[in-house]
Amino acid sequence: MTHIMAPKKIMKSLILALFAIFLVHFANASSSAGQHEGKSEEKEFDVNGMIMHHIKDAHEWHLWGPEHGGTSIYLPIILIDGGLKTFSSSHFYHGSIVAVKDHKTGLDVEFIAGAGPAEGYGLFHEKIYKLNEGKLSIEDGHVHGNIKVLDFSITKNVLSLFFGAIFILIIMSSVARFYKKNGAVAPKGLAKFLEPLIVMVRDDVAKSNIGEHKYKKYVPYLLTIFFFIFFNNLLGLVPILPGGANLTGNISITLFLAICTLVVTLASSNKNYWKHIFATPGVPVALLPIMIPIELVGILTKPFALMIRLFANMTAGHIIVLALVSIIFINKNAAWGALSVPMALFISVLELLVAFLQAYLFAMLSALFIGGAVEESHH
Amino acid sequence: MDLILPEFGLLFWMALVFICLLFVLTKFIWKPILSSVNEREQKISESLELAVKTQAEMKAMQAANENLLKEAKAERDAIVKDAKETATKMIEDAKVVAKSEAEKVISAARQAIETEKGAAIAELKTQVAAFSIEIAEKIVRGELSSDDKQKALAEKLATDINLN
Repeated sequence: MTHIMAPKKIMKSLILALFAIFLVHFANASSSAGQHEGKSEEKEFDVNGMIMHHIKDAHEWHLWGPEHGGTSIYLPIILIDGGLKTFSSSHFYHGSIVAVKDHKTGLDVEFIAGAGPAEGYGLFHEKIYKLNEGKLSIEDGHVHGNIKVLDFSITKNVLSLFFGAIFILIIMSSVARFYKKNGAVAPKGLAKFLEPLIVMVRDDVAKSNIGEHKYKKYVPYLLTIFFFIFFNNLLGLVPILPGGANLTGNISITLFLAICTLVVTLASSNKNYWKHIFATPGVPVALLPIMIPIELVGILTKPFALMIRLFANMTAGHIIVLALVSIIFINKNAAWGALSVPMALFISVLELLVAFLQAYLFAMLSALFIGGAVEESHH
Repeated sequence: MDLILPEFGLLFWMALVFICLLFVLTKFIWKPILSSVNEREQKISESLELAVKTQAEMKAMQAANENLLKEAKAERDAIVKDAKETATKMIEDAKVVAKSEAEKVISAARQAIETEKGAAIAELKTQVAAFSIEIAEKIVRGELSSDDKQKALAEKLATDINLN
Protein backbone atom coordinates (compact mmCIF):
# COMPACT_ATOMS: atom_id res chain seq x y z
CA MET A 1 0.00 0.00 0.00
CA THR A 2 2.79 2.42 0.96
CA HIS A 3 4.52 2.26 -2.41
CA ILE A 4 1.24 3.29 -4.08
CA MET A 5 0.74 6.17 -1.67
CA ALA A 6 4.30 7.44 -2.04
CA PRO A 7 3.97 9.20 -5.45
CA LYS A 8 0.84 10.94 -4.24
CA LYS A 9 2.62 12.20 -1.17
CA ILE A 10 5.53 13.43 -3.30
CA MET A 11 3.09 15.28 -5.54
CA LYS A 12 1.48 16.88 -2.52
CA SER A 13 4.74 18.07 -1.05
CA LEU A 14 5.82 19.33 -4.49
CA ILE A 15 2.70 21.45 -4.77
CA LEU A 16 3.21 22.73 -1.25
CA ALA A 17 6.82 23.59 -2.02
CA LEU A 18 5.85 25.45 -5.20
CA PHE A 19 3.22 27.33 -3.25
CA ALA A 20 5.79 28.24 -0.60
CA ILE A 21 8.27 29.45 -3.24
CA PHE A 22 5.59 31.61 -4.77
CA LEU A 23 4.74 33.08 -1.37
CA VAL A 24 8.38 33.74 -0.54
CA HIS A 25 8.79 35.50 -3.88
CA PHE A 26 5.70 37.58 -3.33
CA ALA A 27 6.68 38.53 0.20
CA ASN A 28 10.25 39.34 -0.84
CA ALA A 29 8.94 41.79 -3.39
CA SER A 30 6.68 43.29 -0.80
CA SER A 31 9.41 43.47 1.80
CA SER A 32 11.61 45.48 -0.52
CA ALA A 33 8.64 47.73 -1.11
CA GLY A 34 8.40 48.19 2.62
CA GLN A 35 12.10 48.97 2.84
CA HIS A 36 11.62 51.76 0.39
CA GLU A 37 9.37 53.55 2.82
CA GLY A 38 11.53 52.80 5.84
CA LYS A 39 15.26 53.37 6.10
CA SER A 40 17.17 51.82 3.23
CA GLU A 41 20.20 50.72 5.28
CA GLU A 42 17.98 48.71 7.61
CA LYS A 43 17.48 45.14 6.43
CA GLU A 44 14.79 44.49 9.06
CA PHE A 45 11.50 43.32 7.54
CA ASP A 46 9.01 46.20 7.64
CA VAL A 47 5.62 44.51 8.08
CA ASN A 48 3.70 47.74 8.46
CA GLY A 49 5.23 49.28 5.36
CA MET A 50 4.63 46.17 3.26
CA ILE A 51 0.99 45.87 4.33
CA MET A 52 0.27 49.57 3.89
CA HIS A 53 1.92 49.51 0.49
CA HIS A 54 -0.30 46.63 -0.53
CA ILE A 55 -3.65 47.94 0.65
CA LYS A 56 -3.15 51.49 -0.63
CA ASP A 57 -3.44 52.80 -4.14
CA ALA A 58 -0.34 53.16 -6.33
CA HIS A 59 0.65 54.63 -9.68
CA GLU A 60 2.23 51.34 -10.79
CA TRP A 61 1.12 47.72 -10.73
CA HIS A 62 3.98 46.02 -8.98
CA LEU A 63 4.34 42.40 -10.08
CA TRP A 64 7.54 41.01 -8.59
CA GLY A 65 11.15 41.86 -7.75
CA PRO A 66 12.45 44.82 -5.74
CA GLU A 67 10.78 48.20 -5.89
CA HIS A 68 13.52 49.68 -8.04
CA GLY A 69 14.54 47.42 -10.91
CA GLY A 70 11.72 44.96 -10.22
CA THR A 71 8.94 44.12 -12.65
CA SER A 72 6.09 46.59 -12.61
CA ILE A 73 3.44 47.82 -14.98
CA TYR A 74 3.85 51.58 -15.10
CA LEU A 75 0.45 53.18 -15.28
CA PRO A 76 -0.32 56.46 -17.03
CA ILE A 77 -0.31 59.62 -14.95
CA ILE A 78 -2.84 62.29 -15.80
CA LEU A 79 -2.41 65.64 -14.04
CA ILE A 80 -4.38 68.83 -14.32
CA ASP A 81 -1.89 71.56 -13.49
CA GLY A 82 -2.19 74.50 -15.84
CA GLY A 83 -3.42 72.18 -18.57
CA LEU A 84 -3.60 68.44 -19.03
CA LYS A 85 -0.32 66.60 -18.49
CA THR A 86 0.04 62.90 -19.23
CA PHE A 87 3.13 60.74 -18.88
CA SER A 88 4.13 57.29 -17.69
CA SER A 89 4.64 56.72 -13.98
CA SER A 90 8.04 55.22 -14.85
CA HIS A 91 9.30 58.78 -14.82
CA PHE A 92 8.62 58.74 -11.10
CA TYR A 93 9.63 55.18 -10.30
CA HIS A 94 12.80 55.56 -12.31
CA GLY A 95 13.38 59.02 -10.83
CA SER A 96 15.72 59.87 -8.02
CA ILE A 97 15.05 59.32 -4.34
CA VAL A 98 15.54 62.55 -2.44
CA ALA A 99 15.88 62.73 1.32
CA VAL A 100 14.65 65.78 3.23
CA LYS A 101 14.52 66.51 6.93
CA ASP A 102 11.18 66.44 8.68
CA HIS A 103 10.77 69.88 10.18
CA LYS A 104 9.21 68.57 13.36
CA THR A 105 10.72 65.17 14.09
CA GLY A 106 14.11 65.94 12.56
CA LEU A 107 14.24 62.52 10.88
CA ASP A 108 15.23 61.96 7.25
CA VAL A 109 12.19 61.38 5.03
CA GLU A 110 12.41 60.19 1.43
CA PHE A 111 10.31 61.16 -1.54
CA ILE A 112 10.73 60.54 -5.26
CA ALA A 113 11.48 63.44 -7.51
CA GLY A 114 10.19 62.92 -11.03
CA ALA A 115 12.43 62.98 -14.07
CA GLY A 116 11.74 63.87 -17.70
CA PRO A 117 8.10 64.95 -18.18
CA ALA A 118 7.57 64.48 -14.43
CA GLU A 119 10.19 67.12 -13.69
CA GLY A 120 9.04 69.45 -10.94
CA TYR A 121 6.70 66.91 -9.35
CA GLY A 122 7.38 64.77 -6.31
CA LEU A 123 5.80 61.47 -5.31
CA PHE A 124 5.38 61.09 -1.55
CA HIS A 125 3.27 58.22 -0.20
CA GLU A 126 1.85 57.72 -3.70
CA LYS A 127 0.58 61.31 -3.79
CA ILE A 128 1.87 63.82 -6.33
CA TYR A 129 3.00 67.26 -5.14
CA LYS A 130 4.49 70.25 -6.90
CA LEU A 131 8.08 70.70 -5.77
CA ASN A 132 9.45 73.99 -4.49
CA GLU A 133 12.98 74.30 -5.88
CA GLY A 134 13.18 70.52 -6.07
CA LYS A 135 12.14 70.06 -2.44
CA LEU A 136 9.11 68.97 -0.42
CA SER A 137 8.63 70.47 2.98
CA ILE A 138 7.47 67.78 5.35
CA GLU A 139 6.22 68.30 8.86
CA ASP A 140 5.44 65.38 11.16
CA GLY A 141 5.16 62.97 8.23
CA HIS A 142 2.81 65.23 6.27
CA VAL A 143 3.48 67.57 3.40
CA HIS A 144 3.13 71.25 4.24
CA GLY A 145 3.50 74.15 1.89
CA ASN A 146 3.57 72.11 -1.32
CA ILE A 147 0.54 72.12 -3.61
CA LYS A 148 -1.10 68.74 -4.13
CA VAL A 149 -1.75 68.42 -7.84
CA LEU A 150 -5.19 67.42 -9.15
CA ASP A 151 -4.41 63.83 -10.02
CA PHE A 152 -6.66 61.93 -12.46
CA SER A 153 -4.10 59.18 -13.04
CA ILE A 154 -5.09 55.67 -14.02
CA THR A 155 -3.84 54.26 -10.74
CA LYS A 156 -3.78 50.61 -9.70
CA ASN A 157 -7.30 50.97 -8.26
CA VAL A 158 -8.64 52.76 -11.33
CA LEU A 159 -7.28 50.00 -13.56
CA SER A 160 -8.73 47.41 -11.22
CA LEU A 161 -12.03 49.29 -11.41
CA PHE A 162 -11.92 48.98 -15.21
CA PHE A 163 -11.12 45.27 -14.95
CA GLY A 164 -14.01 44.78 -12.56
CA ALA A 165 -16.47 46.65 -14.77
CA ILE A 166 -15.36 44.74 -17.89
CA PHE A 167 -15.53 41.47 -15.96
CA ILE A 168 -19.11 42.20 -14.85
CA LEU A 169 -20.14 43.30 -18.34
CA ILE A 170 -18.69 40.20 -20.01
CA ILE A 171 -20.25 37.76 -17.56
CA MET A 172 -23.61 39.50 -17.32
CA SER A 173 -23.94 40.06 -21.05
CA SER A 174 -23.38 36.36 -21.63
CA VAL A 175 -26.18 35.66 -19.13
CA ALA A 176 -28.42 38.24 -20.81
CA ARG A 177 -27.62 36.70 -24.21
CA PHE A 178 -28.75 33.31 -22.92
CA TYR A 179 -32.15 34.72 -21.96
CA LYS A 180 -32.48 36.72 -25.17
CA LYS A 181 -31.71 33.64 -27.23
CA ASN A 182 -33.74 31.09 -25.31
CA GLY A 183 -36.58 33.15 -23.86
CA ALA A 184 -38.28 32.08 -20.68
CA VAL A 185 -36.72 28.64 -20.22
CA ALA A 186 -34.93 26.92 -17.36
CA PRO A 187 -31.45 28.49 -17.01
CA LYS A 188 -28.28 26.65 -18.07
CA GLY A 189 -24.57 27.20 -17.51
CA LEU A 190 -23.58 30.65 -16.27
CA ALA A 191 -27.21 31.75 -16.11
CA LYS A 192 -27.98 28.81 -13.85
CA PHE A 193 -25.24 29.94 -11.47
CA LEU A 194 -26.10 33.64 -11.45
CA GLU A 195 -29.88 33.49 -11.59
CA PRO A 196 -30.28 32.48 -7.92
CA LEU A 197 -28.18 35.53 -6.96
CA ILE A 198 -30.24 37.82 -9.18
CA VAL A 199 -33.48 36.38 -7.83
CA MET A 200 -32.11 36.65 -4.27
CA VAL A 201 -31.40 40.37 -4.75
CA ARG A 202 -34.82 40.88 -6.31
CA ASP A 203 -36.82 38.94 -3.70
CA ASP A 204 -34.88 38.86 -0.44
CA VAL A 205 -33.20 42.24 -0.76
CA ALA A 206 -35.52 44.45 -2.80
CA LYS A 207 -39.01 43.01 -2.41
CA SER A 208 -38.84 42.22 1.30
CA ASN A 209 -37.30 45.56 2.31
CA ILE A 210 -38.91 48.04 -0.08
CA GLY A 211 -42.32 46.48 -0.40
CA GLU A 212 -44.36 44.67 -3.00
CA HIS A 213 -45.52 47.74 -4.94
CA LYS A 214 -42.45 49.94 -5.16
CA TYR A 215 -39.48 47.58 -5.31
CA LYS A 216 -39.32 47.15 -9.10
CA LYS A 217 -37.78 50.57 -9.77
CA TYR A 218 -34.84 49.89 -7.43
CA VAL A 219 -33.93 46.35 -8.49
CA PRO A 220 -31.46 47.44 -11.23
CA TYR A 221 -29.62 49.73 -8.81
CA LEU A 222 -29.46 47.09 -6.08
CA LEU A 223 -28.33 44.43 -8.58
CA THR A 224 -25.59 46.72 -9.88
CA ILE A 225 -24.38 47.56 -6.37
CA PHE A 226 -24.46 43.91 -5.30
CA PHE A 227 -22.57 42.53 -8.29
CA PHE A 228 -20.14 45.47 -8.39
CA ILE A 229 -19.12 44.87 -4.78
CA PHE A 230 -19.24 41.08 -5.01
CA PHE A 231 -17.11 40.81 -8.16
CA ASN A 232 -14.61 43.42 -7.04
CA ASN A 233 -14.32 41.78 -3.62
CA LEU A 234 -13.54 38.49 -5.32
CA LEU A 235 -11.14 40.15 -7.75
CA GLY A 236 -9.32 41.66 -4.77
CA LEU A 237 -8.71 38.17 -3.41
CA VAL A 238 -7.01 36.99 -6.61
CA PRO A 239 -3.27 37.49 -5.96
CA ILE A 240 -2.19 37.93 -9.60
CA LEU A 241 -2.69 40.63 -12.20
CA PRO A 242 -6.35 41.22 -12.96
CA GLY A 243 -6.91 41.11 -9.23
CA GLY A 244 -4.98 41.94 -6.14
CA ALA A 245 -5.87 45.59 -5.80
CA ASN A 246 -7.69 46.49 -2.62
CA LEU A 247 -10.45 48.26 -4.54
CA THR A 248 -13.51 47.69 -2.34
CA GLY A 249 -11.29 48.36 0.68
CA ASN A 250 -10.60 51.85 -0.63
CA ILE A 251 -12.46 54.65 1.09
CA SER A 252 -13.02 56.60 -2.17
CA ILE A 253 -14.86 53.65 -3.70
CA THR A 254 -17.01 52.92 -0.66
CA LEU A 255 -17.66 56.65 -0.24
CA PHE A 256 -19.04 56.86 -3.75
CA LEU A 257 -21.22 53.79 -3.28
CA ALA A 258 -22.57 55.21 -0.02
CA ILE A 259 -23.27 58.56 -1.72
CA CYS A 260 -25.20 56.70 -4.41
CA THR A 261 -27.38 55.03 -1.79
CA LEU A 262 -27.88 58.37 -0.03
CA VAL A 263 -28.88 60.07 -3.28
CA VAL A 264 -31.27 57.25 -4.22
CA THR A 265 -32.78 57.33 -0.73
CA LEU A 266 -33.29 61.09 -0.72
CA ALA A 267 -34.52 61.15 -4.32
CA SER A 268 -37.21 58.60 -3.55
CA SER A 269 -38.16 59.94 -0.10
CA ASN A 270 -41.81 60.81 0.40
CA LYS A 271 -43.76 63.07 2.76
CA ASN A 272 -44.02 60.38 5.39
CA TYR A 273 -40.20 60.06 5.56
CA TRP A 274 -39.70 63.76 6.20
CA LYS A 275 -42.58 63.81 8.65
CA HIS A 276 -40.78 61.14 10.67
CA ILE A 277 -37.69 63.33 10.73
CA PHE A 278 -39.23 66.73 11.53
CA ALA A 279 -42.21 65.58 13.57
CA THR A 280 -41.59 62.04 14.72
CA PRO A 281 -45.01 60.64 15.66
CA GLY A 282 -45.39 59.94 19.37
CA VAL A 283 -42.62 62.33 20.42
CA PRO A 284 -43.63 65.31 22.61
CA VAL A 285 -43.21 68.71 20.94
CA ALA A 286 -40.77 69.80 23.68
CA LEU A 287 -38.35 67.07 22.61
CA LEU A 288 -38.40 67.99 18.93
CA PRO A 289 -35.51 70.50 19.16
CA ILE A 290 -33.35 67.57 20.26
CA MET A 291 -34.92 64.98 17.97
CA ILE A 292 -34.71 66.92 14.73
CA PRO A 293 -30.91 67.32 14.75
CA ILE A 294 -30.53 63.67 15.74
CA GLU A 295 -32.77 62.57 12.89
CA LEU A 296 -31.00 64.86 10.44
CA VAL A 297 -27.62 63.46 11.44
CA GLY A 298 -29.19 60.00 11.15
CA ILE A 299 -29.77 60.60 7.42
CA LEU A 300 -25.99 60.83 7.01
CA THR A 301 -24.86 58.23 9.55
CA LYS A 302 -26.64 55.44 7.73
CA PRO A 303 -24.66 55.74 4.47
CA PHE A 304 -21.58 56.65 6.52
CA ALA A 305 -21.86 53.31 8.30
CA LEU A 306 -22.22 51.61 4.90
CA MET A 307 -19.02 53.28 3.73
CA ILE A 308 -17.01 52.36 6.81
CA ARG A 309 -18.35 48.81 7.01
CA LEU A 310 -17.30 47.79 3.51
CA PHE A 311 -13.98 49.65 3.69
CA ALA A 312 -13.02 48.22 7.09
CA ASN A 313 -14.08 44.66 6.31
CA MET A 314 -12.23 44.37 3.03
CA THR A 315 -9.11 46.18 4.25
CA ALA A 316 -9.02 44.08 7.41
CA GLY A 317 -9.21 40.91 5.37
CA HIS A 318 -6.24 41.93 3.23
CA ILE A 319 -4.27 43.02 6.32
CA ILE A 320 -4.87 39.72 8.15
CA VAL A 321 -3.78 37.57 5.19
CA LEU A 322 -0.64 39.68 4.65
CA ALA A 323 0.18 39.75 8.35
CA LEU A 324 -0.13 35.97 8.58
CA VAL A 325 2.17 35.48 5.59
CA SER A 326 4.58 37.99 7.16
CA ILE A 327 5.10 35.69 10.16
CA ILE A 328 7.58 33.74 8.03
CA PHE A 329 9.59 36.84 7.12
CA ILE A 330 9.57 38.35 10.59
CA ASN A 331 11.07 35.14 11.98
CA LYS A 332 13.24 34.61 8.86
CA ASN A 333 12.51 30.90 8.98
CA ALA A 334 10.54 28.92 6.37
CA ALA A 335 9.43 26.46 9.07
CA TRP A 336 7.00 29.10 10.28
CA GLY A 337 5.16 28.46 7.01
CA ALA A 338 3.67 25.39 8.67
CA LEU A 339 1.75 27.77 10.91
CA SER A 340 1.38 30.79 8.68
CA VAL A 341 0.27 29.12 5.43
CA PRO A 342 -2.69 27.14 6.85
CA MET A 343 -3.81 30.20 8.80
CA ALA A 344 -3.53 32.47 5.77
CA LEU A 345 -5.41 29.87 3.72
CA PHE A 346 -8.15 29.70 6.33
CA ILE A 347 -8.54 33.48 6.36
CA SER A 348 -8.49 33.59 2.55
CA VAL A 349 -11.35 31.09 2.43
CA LEU A 350 -13.16 33.09 5.09
CA GLU A 351 -12.63 36.15 2.91
CA LEU A 352 -14.56 34.41 0.12
CA LEU A 353 -17.52 34.30 2.48
CA VAL A 354 -16.94 37.90 3.56
CA ALA A 355 -16.76 38.98 -0.10
CA PHE A 356 -20.30 37.70 -0.60
CA LEU A 357 -21.55 38.78 2.81
CA GLN A 358 -20.41 42.39 2.48
CA ALA A 359 -21.93 42.71 -1.00
CA TYR A 360 -25.18 41.26 0.32
CA LEU A 361 -25.14 43.52 3.38
CA PHE A 362 -24.47 46.66 1.36
CA ALA A 363 -27.33 45.90 -1.02
CA MET A 364 -29.58 44.78 1.83
CA LEU A 365 -29.03 47.91 3.94
CA SER A 366 -29.36 50.15 0.88
CA ALA A 367 -32.71 48.49 0.21
CA LEU A 368 -33.68 48.97 3.86
CA PHE A 369 -32.90 52.70 3.73
CA ILE A 370 -34.77 53.09 0.44
CA GLY A 371 -37.64 51.08 1.93
CA GLY A 372 -37.75 53.52 4.87
CA ALA A 373 -37.86 56.47 2.49
CA VAL A 374 -40.72 55.17 0.34
CA GLU A 375 -42.81 53.69 3.15
CA GLU A 376 -46.35 55.02 3.44
CA SER A 377 -47.73 55.93 6.86
CA HIS A 378 -49.76 53.25 8.57
CA HIS A 379 -52.03 55.61 10.49
CA MET B 1 -4.25 58.82 7.82
CA ASP B 2 -4.35 58.95 4.02
CA LEU B 3 -5.84 55.44 4.16
CA ILE B 4 -9.15 56.96 5.27
CA LEU B 5 -9.06 60.11 3.13
CA PRO B 6 -10.83 59.86 -0.21
CA GLU B 7 -8.83 60.68 -3.33
CA PHE B 8 -10.50 63.04 -5.76
CA GLY B 9 -9.07 61.34 -8.85
CA LEU B 10 -10.22 57.87 -7.85
CA LEU B 11 -13.62 59.28 -6.84
CA PHE B 12 -13.93 60.81 -10.31
CA TRP B 13 -13.06 57.57 -12.12
CA MET B 14 -15.33 55.57 -9.81
CA ALA B 15 -18.24 57.93 -10.49
CA LEU B 16 -17.65 57.70 -14.23
CA VAL B 17 -17.29 53.91 -14.31
CA PHE B 18 -20.11 53.20 -11.87
CA ILE B 19 -22.64 55.48 -13.54
CA CYS B 20 -21.79 54.02 -16.97
CA LEU B 21 -21.99 50.51 -15.55
CA LEU B 22 -25.33 51.25 -13.88
CA PHE B 23 -26.71 52.64 -17.12
CA VAL B 24 -25.44 49.85 -19.39
CA LEU B 25 -26.38 47.05 -17.01
CA THR B 26 -29.86 48.47 -16.39
CA LYS B 27 -30.63 49.06 -20.02
CA PHE B 28 -29.07 46.06 -21.74
CA ILE B 29 -28.68 43.40 -19.08
CA TRP B 30 -30.92 43.60 -16.02
CA LYS B 31 -34.05 44.42 -18.01
CA PRO B 32 -33.91 41.39 -20.36
CA ILE B 33 -32.80 39.06 -17.57
CA LEU B 34 -35.48 40.20 -15.14
CA SER B 35 -38.20 40.20 -17.76
CA SER B 36 -37.30 36.64 -18.83
CA VAL B 37 -37.17 35.47 -15.22
CA ASN B 38 -40.50 37.15 -14.47
CA GLU B 39 -42.04 35.74 -17.61
CA ARG B 40 -40.86 32.27 -16.71
CA GLU B 41 -42.13 32.55 -13.16
CA GLN B 42 -45.49 33.69 -14.42
CA LYS B 43 -45.54 30.82 -16.88
CA ILE B 44 -44.76 28.34 -14.13
CA SER B 45 -47.42 29.68 -11.78
CA GLU B 46 -49.95 29.75 -14.60
CA SER B 47 -49.07 26.18 -15.54
CA LEU B 48 -49.48 25.08 -11.94
CA GLU B 49 -52.87 26.78 -11.72
CA LEU B 50 -53.89 25.21 -15.00
CA ALA B 51 -52.79 21.79 -13.72
CA VAL B 52 -54.92 22.17 -10.60
CA LYS B 53 -57.86 23.35 -12.70
CA THR B 54 -57.41 20.50 -15.15
CA GLN B 55 -57.30 18.03 -12.30
CA ALA B 56 -60.56 19.40 -10.90
CA GLU B 57 -62.07 19.27 -14.37
CA MET B 58 -60.89 15.72 -14.81
CA LYS B 59 -62.50 14.78 -11.53
CA ALA B 60 -65.77 16.45 -12.52
CA MET B 61 -65.62 14.75 -15.88
CA GLN B 62 -64.99 11.41 -14.26
CA ALA B 63 -68.00 11.91 -12.00
CA ALA B 64 -70.09 12.92 -15.00
CA ASN B 65 -68.89 9.86 -16.86
CA GLU B 66 -69.84 7.64 -13.98
CA ASN B 67 -73.30 9.19 -13.81
CA LEU B 68 -73.70 8.77 -17.53
CA LEU B 69 -72.64 5.16 -17.26
CA LYS B 70 -75.11 4.57 -14.46
CA GLU B 71 -77.91 6.16 -16.45
CA ALA B 72 -77.01 4.15 -19.49
CA LYS B 73 -77.01 0.98 -17.48
CA ALA B 74 -80.42 1.79 -16.00
CA GLU B 75 -81.77 2.58 -19.44
CA ARG B 76 -80.36 -0.62 -20.85
CA ASP B 77 -81.95 -2.59 -18.02
CA ALA B 78 -85.27 -0.90 -18.63
CA ILE B 79 -85.05 -1.58 -22.35
CA VAL B 80 -84.16 -5.21 -21.79
CA LYS B 81 -86.98 -5.54 -19.30
CA ASP B 82 -89.43 -3.95 -21.75
CA ALA B 83 -88.26 -6.15 -24.51
CA LYS B 84 -88.69 -9.22 -22.39
CA GLU B 85 -92.20 -8.16 -21.41
CA THR B 86 -93.10 -7.44 -24.98
CA ALA B 87 -91.76 -10.77 -26.08
CA THR B 88 -93.74 -12.67 -23.48
CA LYS B 89 -96.82 -10.73 -24.35
CA MET B 90 -96.34 -11.44 -28.00
CA ILE B 91 -95.91 -15.10 -27.33
CA GLU B 92 -99.03 -15.08 -25.15
CA ASP B 93 -100.97 -13.24 -27.81
CA ALA B 94 -99.76 -15.55 -30.47
CA LYS B 95 -100.77 -18.49 -28.40
CA VAL B 96 -104.27 -17.11 -27.91
CA VAL B 97 -104.63 -16.31 -31.58
CA ALA B 98 -103.33 -19.73 -32.53
CA LYS B 99 -105.75 -21.42 -30.16
CA SER B 100 -108.78 -19.54 -31.49
CA GLU B 101 -107.62 -20.15 -35.04
CA ALA B 102 -107.24 -23.81 -34.32
CA GLU B 103 -110.66 -23.92 -32.73
CA LYS B 104 -112.13 -22.23 -35.76
CA VAL B 105 -110.43 -24.70 -38.05
CA ILE B 106 -111.61 -27.57 -35.93
CA SER B 107 -115.17 -26.32 -35.83
CA ALA B 108 -115.13 -25.72 -39.57
CA ALA B 109 -113.78 -29.22 -40.07
CA ARG B 110 -116.48 -30.60 -37.85
CA GLN B 111 -119.14 -28.75 -39.77
CA ALA B 112 -117.71 -30.00 -43.02
CA ILE B 113 -117.64 -33.50 -41.67
CA GLU B 114 -121.28 -33.15 -40.58
CA THR B 115 -122.28 -31.84 -43.98
CA GLU B 116 -120.33 -34.57 -45.75
CA LYS B 117 -121.83 -37.13 -43.48
CA GLY B 118 -125.38 -35.83 -44.20
CA ALA B 119 -124.66 -35.88 -47.91
CA ALA B 120 -123.20 -39.35 -47.68
CA ILE B 121 -126.21 -40.63 -45.77
CA ALA B 122 -128.57 -39.00 -48.26
CA GLU B 123 -126.72 -40.61 -51.11
CA LEU B 124 -126.63 -43.89 -49.34
CA LYS B 125 -130.36 -43.63 -48.86
CA THR B 126 -130.92 -42.97 -52.53
CA GLN B 127 -128.55 -45.77 -53.45
CA VAL B 128 -130.26 -48.12 -51.07
CA ALA B 129 -133.64 -47.12 -52.50
CA ALA B 130 -132.34 -47.65 -56.01
CA PHE B 131 -130.96 -51.02 -55.02
CA SER B 132 -134.24 -51.97 -53.35
CA ILE B 133 -136.20 -51.01 -56.43
CA GLU B 134 -133.81 -52.99 -58.59
CA ILE B 135 -134.06 -55.95 -56.34
CA ALA B 136 -137.78 -55.59 -56.21
CA GLU B 137 -137.87 -55.34 -59.96
CA LYS B 138 -135.77 -58.44 -60.30
CA ILE B 139 -137.96 -60.30 -57.86
CA VAL B 140 -141.10 -59.11 -59.58
CA ARG B 141 -139.65 -60.17 -62.89
CA GLY B 142 -138.90 -63.57 -61.44
CA GLU B 143 -142.38 -63.90 -60.05
CA LEU B 144 -143.86 -62.86 -63.27
CA SER B 145 -141.76 -65.02 -65.48
CA SER B 146 -144.32 -67.93 -65.81
CA ASP B 147 -148.05 -68.05 -65.91
CA ASP B 148 -148.29 -70.13 -62.89
CA LYS B 149 -146.32 -67.76 -60.95
CA GLN B 150 -148.36 -64.84 -62.26
CA LYS B 151 -151.47 -66.66 -61.25
CA ALA B 152 -150.08 -67.56 -57.91
CA LEU B 153 -149.03 -63.95 -57.38
CA ALA B 154 -152.32 -62.65 -58.50
CA GLU B 155 -153.96 -64.98 -56.09
CA LYS B 156 -151.81 -64.11 -53.33
CA LEU B 157 -152.27 -60.38 -53.97
CA ALA B 158 -155.92 -61.09 -54.20
CA THR B 159 -155.79 -62.85 -50.86
CA ASP B 160 -153.95 -60.00 -49.33
CA ILE B 161 -156.39 -57.56 -50.69
CA ASN B 162 -159.14 -59.79 -49.44
CA LEU B 163 -157.70 -59.84 -46.14
CA ASN B 164 -157.69 -56.13 -46.05
